Amino acid sequence: MTWTVTNPVASGPADVKDREIVKVFLNCQPIKRVIVRGDFVIWQNQSMSSASSTTRTNDQPSGGVALRFADWLAAWGKLTIDSLIAFGDFSLFCYRTMVWLFTRFPRFETLWPNFHQVGVSSLPVIALTGTFIGMVLAVQSYFQFRQLGLETRLGGVINLTLVRELGPVLAATMLAGRVGSAMAAELGTMRVTEQIDALAAMGSNPIRYLVIPRFLACLFLIPTLTIMADFMGVAGGHFYSVMVLNIDLHHYWFNSAQFVGNYDLFVGIFKSVFFGGAIAMVSCYQGFNCTAGAEGVGRAATASFVYSFVSILVLDLFLGIALDAIYFTYHPEGAQLF
Amino acid sequence: MIEKLLSEETPLLEVRDLCVSFGSQAVLRNISLQIPVGQTLVLLGESGCGKTVLLKNMIGLLKPTQGQILFDGTDIHRLDDRALSQLRCRYGFVFQNAALFDSLTIAQNIAFPLRQHTDLPWPQIRERVLSMLQDVGLPADVVSKRPAELSGGMRKRVGLARALMMHPELVLYDEPTTGLDPIMTDIINQLILRTRRKPPVTSVVVTHNMDTARRVPDRVVMLYPLARLNPGEPQIVFDGTPDELTACRDRRVKQFVHGEAGQRLMELVGEA
Repeated sequence: MTWTVTNPVASGPADVKDREIVKVFLNCQPIKRVIVRGDFVIWQNQSMSSASSTTRTNDQPSGGVALRFADWLAAWGKLTIDSLIAFGDFSLFCYRTMVWLFTRFPRFETLWPNFHQVGVSSLPVIALTGTFIGMVLAVQSYFQFRQLGLETRLGGVINLTLVRELGPVLAATMLAGRVGSAMAAELGTMRVTEQIDALAAMGSNPIRYLVIPRFLACLFLIPTLTIMADFMGVAGGHFYSVMVLNIDLHHYWFNSAQFVGNYDLFVGIFKSVFFGGAIAMVSCYQGFNCTAGAEGVGRAATASFVYSFVSILVLDLFLGIALDAIYFTYHPEGAQLF
Repeated sequence: MIEKLLSEETPLLEVRDLCVSFGSQAVLRNISLQIPVGQTLVLLGESGCGKTVLLKNMIGLLKPTQGQILFDGTDIHRLDDRALSQLRCRYGFVFQNAALFDSLTIAQNIAFPLRQHTDLPWPQIRERVLSMLQDVGLPADVVSKRPAELSGGMRKRVGLARALMMHPELVLYDEPTTGLDPIMTDIINQLILRTRRKPPVTSVVVTHNMDTARRVPDRVVMLYPLARLNPGEPQIVFDGTPDELTACRDRRVKQFVHGEAGQRLMELVGEA
């Protein structure tokens, strides 16, 4: 083996990337190759490699597999460290938001525009999504249920799916796409053009002025948007099942009433509050940590949607498990089917 | 009283052994400065030497890796969020590109600090906005416009008006004349001079405009990029009056003052 590993941080200049510098560094031995891996410099001696070059014609070092493994390990290590740093930073951002939230209430004039943006402006698109999801559920499940002669049970299936899962998740997804990315882009532009710094320089806390109103708007209005999505979904499902597929109206609603309980409605709306909080925090964090330039703003907007969506799904799973566990603790008979 | 305030013994702002690095890249090393009340200081230096970083450290927008910034005896980097926000009301910061809020009108922009920190009724705030606009030489009809509708020079003046709204004790200017025509540069210089005349306003002006550096300050401090210095060499290569700057015989200062490329172009070609 002609490869030698040394740590220049401990024993010499930190920026040893040039073989000439290494040559001086290693008492003028002729150097063939220098590879830098993090803090380490791996170098190959000229004389020894010429001896080994008779057996190896290509430039691939003899320790190739080990080196590639080291590379792979370093890449994963870097990814892990970066993710941990980002997660810690995000947690700190959430903590500071909570501290401001519970110490000083924001001014009303900063709240109203955000409430309007999140609530009123999102209403049409969420109503539309809800309607279509209700109808799509009817279309997709009708033929399978009809084969079993259970088409009147569709009311229960559609409405239960809507109020427990699809209503809250789709309302949150639409909000993440419509409002979340807009927030990230807006705050990102403010960061890039130093407006956030200007806010801080004038003695206003940017978290209190920019993040809290957006957080509260999402937190308070997502339940209402979820109710809207639920309602329109139920209406859409009813329209397609009863008007188009001619399912009996009485049985459709009788089954719905049997399947869908108050707890199901509560579960959907309760979950949506967490989704709203997650969307606001993720989007504001992405905006606040936007990198310079148009590309940075674009990336912040995209990242805010992707991370919001992932958070919604992860939260949905864990909240689903937790809320079911709570339900079955108080209603053990509910766990036994028939 | 004023003599006492103006005396050298009471620095309004003190920078102690400030070191700033971003990742592994060091930008500032062991910077120490004392800025007495009422002084106008120009921070001079080529692009990328850390002038703006130093300025942003002075108001706590960036955190130092090491060292302290004392404003009126308080270490600003040890304060919590709320105390720092309160302290910043005593500062005015004029940003390089004005950093006006584009969702607000000019009147709302200038009135912003007052509306955040006082309970004054709107007519009174409006009156102060109009008088401030007059001070910076802008017509009253710009109040209802948005920042995007104004020219660069007008935006900078609105930024200055906004920074002065709370009657700050220390005004920090980040390249106030960059990107302006010579006439507008002179207007901004005069506005800086006029602002400091209302005692006891202390000003720190970051610039690479030699005209500003000659006309505005009592004192000039020149920073040199860390990458061009040998280890152990001080980063502040000049500290004195504007007249001393012109007379300075230091090779690095002379090169900057006379705007000579020297060997730099060759270095760039070599790097490429």
